[in-house]
This record gives sequence, C-alpha cells and structure tokens, in this order.
Amino acid sequence: MSVETITSSEYIKHHLQNLTYGQVDGQWQFAHTAEQAASMGFWSLNVDSMFWSLVTGLIFYVVFRSAGKKATTGVPSGFQNFIEMVIEFIDFSVRDSFKHKNKLVAPMALTIFAWIFLMNAMDLIAVDWLPQIAAMSVEAMGGDPHSAFFKVVPSTDPNITFGMAISIFILIVYYSIKHKGLGGFFAEILFHPFGKWGLPANLLLEGVALISKPISLALRLFGNMYAGEIIFILIAIMYSVGIGFGVFGGLLQVGWALFHILIITLQAFIFMTLTIVYMDMAHDNEH
Amino acid sequence: MNINATLIGQSIAFFIFIYMVKQYVWPPLIAAMEERQKRIEAGLLAAERGLSEQAEAEQRAQELISQSKDQAAEIIANASKQASNMVEEAKDVAVQAADKVKAQATAELEQDKARVRNELQEQVSGLVMQGVNAVLSKEVDSKTHKDMLAKLSQTL
Repeated sequence: MSVETITSSEYIKHHLQNLTYGQVDGQWQFAHTAEQAASMGFWSLNVDSMFWSLVTGLIFYVVFRSAGKKATTGVPSGFQNFIEMVIEFIDFSVRDSFKHKNKLVAPMALTIFAWIFLMNAMDLIAVDWLPQIAAMSVEAMGGDPHSAFFKVVPSTDPNITFGMAISIFILIVYYSIKHKGLGGFFAEILFHPFGKWGLPANLLLEGVALISKPISLALRLFGNMYAGEIIFILIAIMYSVGIGFGVFGGLLQVGWALFHILIITLQAFIFMTLTIVYMDMAHDNEH
Repeated sequence: MNINATLIGQSIAFFIFIYMVKQYVWPPLIAAMEERQKRIEAGLLAAERGLSEQAEAEQRAQELISQSKDQAAEIIANASKQASNMVEEAKDVAVQAADKVKAQATAELEQDKARVRNELQEQVSGLVMQGVNAVLSKEVDSKTHKDMLAKLSQTL
C-alpha cells in the first residue's frame, strides 16, 4: 500500500469514486477504475452507498423500534425521553404544516429526518478511516487496494438523494390523484393559473413547478453534503504537507466538523419539512 | 457519480422503512405519549380538585370550630346559671330547715318551761301542804279537808 506516492488529485478522485458493482465485458464484477464504473451503465450498484444507507437505516429502525417496544406510559427513562423528544418534534412539525388526515405522513417524516440525519452524520467520521480499513481488508484478501473505492456518506451519492426524492415524487403524484381525481390533477397542471386559453403557459409553469420539487429536494441535499465532504477531503490533504499544515488542518477539521453538525441537522430538517409541505399541497383541493 | 440502479435500491429501501416505521414504530410511541398526556392531565385535574376540596374542608372545619365554641360558651353560661340557681335553692332550703329547727327548739323550750313550772308548782304546793299540815296537823283532818286542800294546791 503506497498511499504516499499518490498525488492530491488522485487522492480526491479516489475518495469521490463509489464502489460500483456491475457488468464489464459481460462479466459481473467490481469496477477497478472510474472509467470502468462509468461504462457499466444504469444496471450497476453503488455497493458502498447502498450498504451504509441500509446500515444507517437499520440503526434508526432498531433504535426507534426498541423504544417503541419498551414505551411505557409511566415516567420515561432517559433513552425513551430522547426518542419521545424526537417524535414530539416530528409530530409538531407535521401538525404545523400538514392540515389533512393521512397516517403515512408523520412516520414518513420521522423516517426521512432520522435516516438522512444518520446518513449525513457519516460525514463526521474522519474521511480516511473507513476507506482505509476497507483498503486494508481488500489488501489482506489479496486484492488491489487502489481499486478499493469506498464512499461512506450515502447522501453524497446523487443516487441515494434522487432515490428518496423520486419516491416522494411518486407519493406526491399518487396522493394528488387520489384526492383531486385524475381530472383534478391534470386540470391543475393544464388550466392553472391562466385558465384554459393559456394552456401551454400553464403546462410549462405547473410542469416545472411539479418536476422541480423532487429535483430541488435531491440536489439540495446532495450538493450540501457533497460540498461538505470535499472540504473534509481538502482538509485531509493538508496532513500530508507538513507538520505545521497538519496542525492547522487538524484545527480546521474540528471547526468544520462542528459547523457541519449544524448542516447535517439542517439538511435533514429541510428535506423533511419540504416533504411535509409537498404532501400537504398534494392533499389540498382548493383550486 | 453515475446514476444507476442504486436509485431504485434506495427507493425500495425507503418505502420499506416508511412502511415499517408506520407499522411498528410510530403507533406504540405516539400511543404511549398520548396515554401519558392523558394521565398527566387527569393527575393535574385531581390535584386541583384535591386543593379545592382541602380549602372546602378547612372552611367547614372553621365553621365547626366556631359553632362548637358558641355551644361551649352557651353550655358554660347555662351551667353557671344553674349553679347559682342551685345555690339559691339550697340557701332557701337551709333557711327553711333552720326555721323549722328553731321553731321546734322554741316549742320544746316552751314545753320544758311549762313542765318545770308545773313541777315547781307541785313542789311548792307540796311544801305549802307540808307546812300547812305541820301547822294544822291537829285541827285539820287530811281526809275531811281533802277538797279544800286540793283546791289550795291547785291555786298554788
């Protein structure tokens, strides 16, 4: 393992490459280079993103499920208290912005907030730790450590953010049609806001408004987390420059990590709140 | 950064997590919280009721105390009145008894006086009779002059 010999740009590229599993020349295998990964097309899987996404999701589920199982109506323990604080916060947010009756919205908001928060929180683990462990274990198993790509923050993968945003988009369209009828849904897109003679303009405006919902959701989260990740990587490069830069980098990393806690929480909250608002709009039947 | 099937995988995972949270996480927690909220509400209400009941009870106790104070004062007044009455009565009785005793004593005294006077009269008359006898023993036969002697002793 000759990490010292790689250049900064190689280091950055390595950190931004997902571990992709797909077909190369008709063979299912992990991509060894970025080009190989790109050539795999749509039917390939970012194993690292998927893995950490599921791990964080399961952590969230198990923690909250155990609290749900032990929930008492008496005096709550510290752990239950914490969980109930989160639940209360979500419930308050949903009651505040969602004026209709739908039992799916609050659990969905909780899932979105907690899961995205945990996925984002992977950013706070020093950028090299988990990839280094992955590279070492690949080397131990006789593989090439340079092709052991490992991105640990699922929300820096657009597939993950778009996956969630598109799911929410599907729910928005589903509930719109359910509550307004198929006619009502299309009438809103076609005859609003300029009446039926302004149909092309309406379609353009409302179509963009509809499509922009999932895109803005996905890109906002992805952009924020990706930028944060890159800054962590750039700070990490300072460690290889010299001891002075190393100490400065260490301070910077702590500072940025502290600031990042805010971004992590804020992005999870924004994603959740916008989802609630979009769901509310899908249920609105007033046009 | 390629868009690939991870998108679909994440969507599926997302829906599964939403479903599981909706089914198994949200309901028990929210139910427990609402239940506790109700219990706290009931507890607060009960506490408030308890406080007002306590105030009421205190008021009632105060009323009872003042009532019983009045009663006690009344009883004491009655008792002292009765006592003075009794003293008066006893005094009357005592006075009456004393009068009676005095009357009796006076009567006895009168009787004694009469008796002593009678005795004295008899003795005097006896003495007189002796003297008369001694003087008149020769001339006066006690048998013939019995009537005269009796008349004499009677007048003495």
